[in-house]
Amino acid sequence: MALLEVLDLRVRFDTVDGSVQAVRGVSFSVDAGHTLGIVGESGSGKSVSTQAAFGFARGAHVSGRAMFEGRDLLAMSDRELQAVRGARVGMIFQDPLTSLHPMYRVGWQIVEAIRAHDRSITKRAARSRAVELMGRVGIPQPEQRVDDYPHQFSGGMRQRVMIAMAMALTPSLLIADEPTTALDPTVQAQILELLRELKDDFGTAIIMITHDLGVIAEIADDVVVLYAGKVMEEAAVRNLFYHYHHPYTEGLMASLPSAGVRRGELVPIDGQPPSPIDPLSGCPFSPRCRYAMAECAIQAPTLLEIPGEPRHRSACVLPRDRAARQALAEARRLPATQGMVLDR
Amino acid sequence: MTVPTSDSDRDASLLRLEDIVKHFPVRTGSALGRGHREVVHAVDGVSLAVSRGETVGLVGETGCGKSTLARIALRLIEVTKGRVVFDGVDLTALSARQLRTYRREMQMIFQDPYGSLNPRRRVGSIIGEPFAVHGDVVARSQRRRAVQELMELVGLNPEHYNRFPAEFSGGQRQRIGVARALALRPKLLVCDEPVSALDVSIQAQIVNLLARLQKEFQLTYLFIAHDLSVVRHLCDRIAVMYLGQLVELGPVGELDVTPRHPYTEALLSAVPVPDPDQAARRRRIVLAGDVPSPIDPPSGCRFRTRCPRARPLCGEEVPPLEVRAGSGPSHLTACHFPLERAQARVPVEVHPSQLLEEGNPC
Repeated sequence: MALLEVLDLRVRFDTVDGSVQAVRGVSFSVDAGHTLGIVGESGSGKSVSTQAAFGFARGAHVSGRAMFEGRDLLAMSDRELQAVRGARVGMIFQDPLTSLHPMYRVGWQIVEAIRAHDRSITKRAARSRAVELMGRVGIPQPEQRVDDYPHQFSGGMRQRVMIAMAMALTPSLLIADEPTTALDPTVQAQILELLRELKDDFGTAIIMITHDLGVIAEIADDVVVLYAGKVMEEAAVRNLFYHYHHPYTEGLMASLPSAGVRRGELVPIDGQPPSPIDPLSGCPFSPRCRYAMAECAIQAPTLLEIPGEPRHRSACVLPRDRAARQALAEARRLPATQGMVLDR
Repeated sequence: MTVPTSDSDRDASLLRLEDIVKHFPVRTGSALGRGHREVVHAVDGVSLAVSRGETVGLVGETGCGKSTLARIALRLIEVTKGRVVFDGVDLTALSARQLRTYRREMQMIFQDPYGSLNPRRRVGSIIGEPFAVHGDVVARSQRRRAVQELMELVGLNPEHYNRFPAEFSGGQRQRIGVARALALRPKLLVCDEPVSALDVSIQAQIVNLLARLQKEFQLTYLFIAHDLSVVRHLCDRIAVMYLGQLVELGPVGELDVTPRHPYTEALLSAVPVPDPDQAARRRRIVLAGDVPSPIDPPSGCRFRTRCPRARPLCGEEVPPLEVRAGSGPSHLTACHFPLERAQARVPVEVHPSQLLEEGNPC
């Protein structure tokens, strides 16, 4: 059974410019001990969807269901939610400096995180747990560092402190929202390694939210691709990278510079992402899609399974059959595909 | 007026950085300003020449001095020691007034397309600013047209001349920055992380644009990035910096395939590969610890405190940046015990005789 199952999640913000539909009917699920990668570009709704599910999106109109350990998070009271967050779900963010209080020692902050959920743990016990956790996440000399302030840590070490805090109550799910984006490559490699270890040791499921397909390939078991607040494609990681179906996924893969090909033209996705205010009625990717057909602009395609590939679903009307799809893709790869309208 | 260094400089390289040193004084300790006076060794003895029409990628992690070096190349900040020779002229010897003529020929593109454009000015006036500063380039009456031509050149709609930066997306803003940099038809463009803040699909648009403009205007690029895949794609040569020094310099296709410096190897292996099978297969070198403080860098080789191959000699002697046995003639490595080609990250065909020649100099 899925640990977290999000069903038809919709998130809307009222702004002076109109109503922003950040998430428009997103469903995904995470199994216990698995890593789900949520990939998307700025404004795709990748962060908002998890934040809204756990009641972090202030001022948002949220609908849908988010079943976590058998209970609907969206139907919970604030009090109930607070008991879940921190204890059953840990969170780490892109910028560890703004997530830590600058005026308190990191050890104190970890102790608070532990005792906020269980007052029966003595301060002394919580502190030794904090030292143990800091050692576990690879902070050297944790007995001394526990009394340091956040600014005394480097970016990578601060992220480790955040991970220690998030893991303090051994949650069943860790939400990592772009945890390595602000870090240098060698530090990023250290943090990804640590997350992999923690997942294996504690059996914690991870939701990795990122724009970086490299990070997805390194750590995810399953992937959800978001665009303009909708799921475009979801699949097991190998299926997504090697047998993607959706043209948006194809576009993302093609825009990456590959190690083998040098100095060739990259293949960008033309155009810009759509405005989240007044979204299109059809497929949100259709204005930038090289395969777009007349019907795409009218009716948004539903997320349908690819035959023969369990858990691989794509929201695109292109043929599901691989051979037919490839033939069409080949035909469309010819130059001057823009604006082409073909019948299926 | 100008100070030509020698005739041979004129044709050889467009930009030559000679033994650049930049120290920033800082106070450490007390917040009340009573701390010790110390210096941050931001750049320590870097020499690098960029040929005409070439793209050199400068890579390294936060605090390695790559952005400082780029700013020194344009003399946006002064050197502590060393010379910057641009088109045969020693820029460090020029007065501010003399420098202005050369400023036209070198421009910069910044990382943050949000922070580098004045939000209260219209795009047309942002792109036309260089014409206002260098009034003799384009006559006042012609400026609007010149700006619109630039907009078209970088793929912006010239009709959006009167819009504000806020009305553009990140990728379009970066195009505005590129148009502004191109206004005076420079010879050298210093690109400081120009695509790092952009989404993948937009990144590719800007990378293609930069490549096209280079061909069209015979531009020379100094391209700073931490994303090695973009650098590999766009550059002819890669320079790797660590803690204020160049540790390795070599052509793309050699340095990134058979790195000789352990830091370069670690850096390459740390970059996530967007390929699950390859990611699972490859050997990952996870460096221990953090970069040491540039206030008090380690003696000898600065990488030795994190280097898996460090030996006593590394703490005693600074390894010179030179061609190591087994490398190509333009591949320089600053390491006493360079990696052998056979150990390199990506397996390559190496003739057995080549392997025999590589000895460790100890």
